[in-house]
Amino acid sequence: MNPVSTISGTAIPWGQKNVDTDIIIPAAWLKTVSRDGLGKGAFESVRAVPGNIFDDPANTGAPILIAGDNFGCGSSREHAVWAISDLGIGAVIAPSFSDIFSGNAFKNGLLTVELPQVQIDRLMIAASAGAAITVDLENQVVTTEFQDRFAFDIDPFRKMCLMQGLDEIGLTLGEDRAIGDYEIACAQTQPWLVPGSGIVAA
Amino acid sequence: MSNPSTLYEKIWDAHAVTRRDDGTCLIFIDRHLVHEVTSPQAFAGLRAHGRSVRRPDLTLAVPDHNLPTTARVDADGAPIAIADAESAAQLAALEANVAAFGIPYIGATDARQGIVHVVGPEQGFTLPGLTMVCGDSHTSAHGALGALAFGIGTSEVEHVLATQSLWLSPSRTMEVRVDGELPAGVTAKDVILHIIGQIGTAGGTGHVIEFTGSTIMALSIEGRLTVSNMTIEAGARAGLIAPDDATFAYLKGRPMAPTGAAWDAAVDYWRTLPSDADATYDKSVHIDAAEIAPSVTWGTSPEDVVPITGVVPDPASFADPSKQAAAQKSLDYMGLTAGTRMVDVPIENVFIGSCTNSRIEDLRAAAAVLKGRKKAAGVKWAIVVPGSGLVKAQAEAEGLDRIFIDAGLEWREPGCSACLGMNPDKVPPGERCASTSNRNFVGRQGPGARTHLLSPAMAAAAAVTGRLTDVRELVG
Repeated sequence: MNPVSTISGTAIPWGQKNVDTDIIIPAAWLKTVSRDGLGKGAFESVRAVPGNIFDDPANTGAPILIAGDNFGCGSSREHAVWAISDLGIGAVIAPSFSDIFSGNAFKNGLLTVELPQVQIDRLMIAASAGAAITVDLENQVVTTEFQDRFAFDIDPFRKMCLMQGLDEIGLTLGEDRAIGDYEIACAQTQPWLVPGSGIVAA
Repeated sequence: MSNPSTLYEKIWDAHAVTRRDDGTCLIFIDRHLVHEVTSPQAFAGLRAHGRSVRRPDLTLAVPDHNLPTTARVDADGAPIAIADAESAAQLAALEANVAAFGIPYIGATDARQGIVHVVGPEQGFTLPGLTMVCGDSHTSAHGALGALAFGIGTSEVEHVLATQSLWLSPSRTMEVRVDGELPAGVTAKDVILHIIGQIGTAGGTGHVIEFTGSTIMALSIEGRLTVSNMTIEAGARAGLIAPDDATFAYLKGRPMAPTGAAWDAAVDYWRTLPSDADATYDKSVHIDAAEIAPSVTWGTSPEDVVPITGVVPDPASFADPSKQAAAQKSLDYMGLTAGTRMVDVPIENVFIGSCTNSRIEDLRAAAAVLKGRKKAAGVKWAIVVPGSGLVKAQAEAEGLDRIFIDAGLEWREPGCSACLGMNPDKVPPGERCASTSNRNFVGRQGPGARTHLLSPAMAAAAAVTGRLTDVRELVG
């Protein structure tokens, strides 16, 4: 994962609530074995409507998306994050995100910034006016050229991983001994944990 | 144990490998289900870093999302290739990956193949007290057996394959208690639709929901799986139901369940898992079973639930202005007008299946309504997709397949099918489907498809009349 620090530029003032993963990327696009190129299917049903917000020339290349409550609800498909990233979006700002979506976003360096609805309303106005918005991860603040300054929370561990572009699996493999000790202890205290041999390995 | 604990807290504490100062824990994962759609990029990641699968013995792969539900083998028993090139490539990738990494595999033509969330409990791969993950949000289903089970993304699939663990922050706890006897014609599906209608699709966000109360504990294991399955539609990543004698009776003798002394030791341990009487939850919701009616959705969110005796709501009736706008948009998409009685809504398609409602009990409930009846002329497409090959065989042994076929429904091979419109089973644009699945999102069952979520008995009733129907009229 590449390090992430600041995302700056125009923002797509969508504001839509309860955006589900089938809206972000319909299942027909999940038949891929790659992470790449999913922007083609991003928001397909929204973009099928002429004059939609994503294909508005004012929003072309915007690195920030502003949405409503409960963004990314529904399926666990990480394709939703890959599709948004493939559009060139580096941060989504919303009042709340589904738990699985925000976890997936973190693993791919897509920032999910939670701000209260009143601040989202303010950003929607700024973005609609074409103003630049900046998400500053290090200082945990969203700013606009109109001197708005909205602080946001982020888990310190996630922040560190994002800023350093850490390989989380590599980090966890550093806990190999602790995991091994846990496995040995379990094998003794809970011998039923390893499944029976009903299934033959392929 | 000194402090009173919930079922969730007991499982969490038993699986913490290491704990960071901020409360985040490295949680050991006891079971990992893998399917063809969300795993190829994870295996590619392992290869790119030269990593192996830490515990293939705790992993089980089954293809389900993408497989056609038409015949899998020809008259001579030879496998029939999947026509769609991308679907075939995804299945081939899974087969190559399980072979390369030594992962136990139930393949497309295996009699035990099915939807991962049906196969897991059926094989005894799912057990109480375990931590369990899959790259699929409906992994929440397995919580019905008292396992902490939740959906993960592909990066987490790769993480679990490599390390058999995940870094997690503890969730808040939420109790949804349902007490009392269910009225006639009301099923587990109606219970969970009613709950989601009450608490909303974000009602459980950040929480693990434990379903408690006499109504929940009186449900069969199949019914509990239906309830826990749709926990994710209430915003919670995992649902839990305390394991009890019904759970143990369901699991005993299943192929991957423990046997002999290990079984006895396991049951002793499982009996310690239910939440302590004086344990507390961060949030609690109480529901009276008597208030639950056969339910159906009218909109494009699983929280858009009304009793079948109700009407399409007026968007202006919602207090929240953004919900008003969303409701109007839903009605436009669904082609419905406020005030229309739900029983006057015609349907052209019926789907009985999905990880929510494709187990034997679901098929029996649908068949009980369809027996001796025919689907209505206006119903163009009606399919029954059993959750697994074993469910299919059981249904055929009971003659349920004949009831469906005689009624004019198609009897298919197991898989996810029209729940998510990924394989060829799709609802045409602008048409309605009475569906036993779990999501009525825009385009979920195919571009432009209009989904009404309901129970298997209600889906069968809709097939008979060609409109949404109160099943109590048919089976009174």
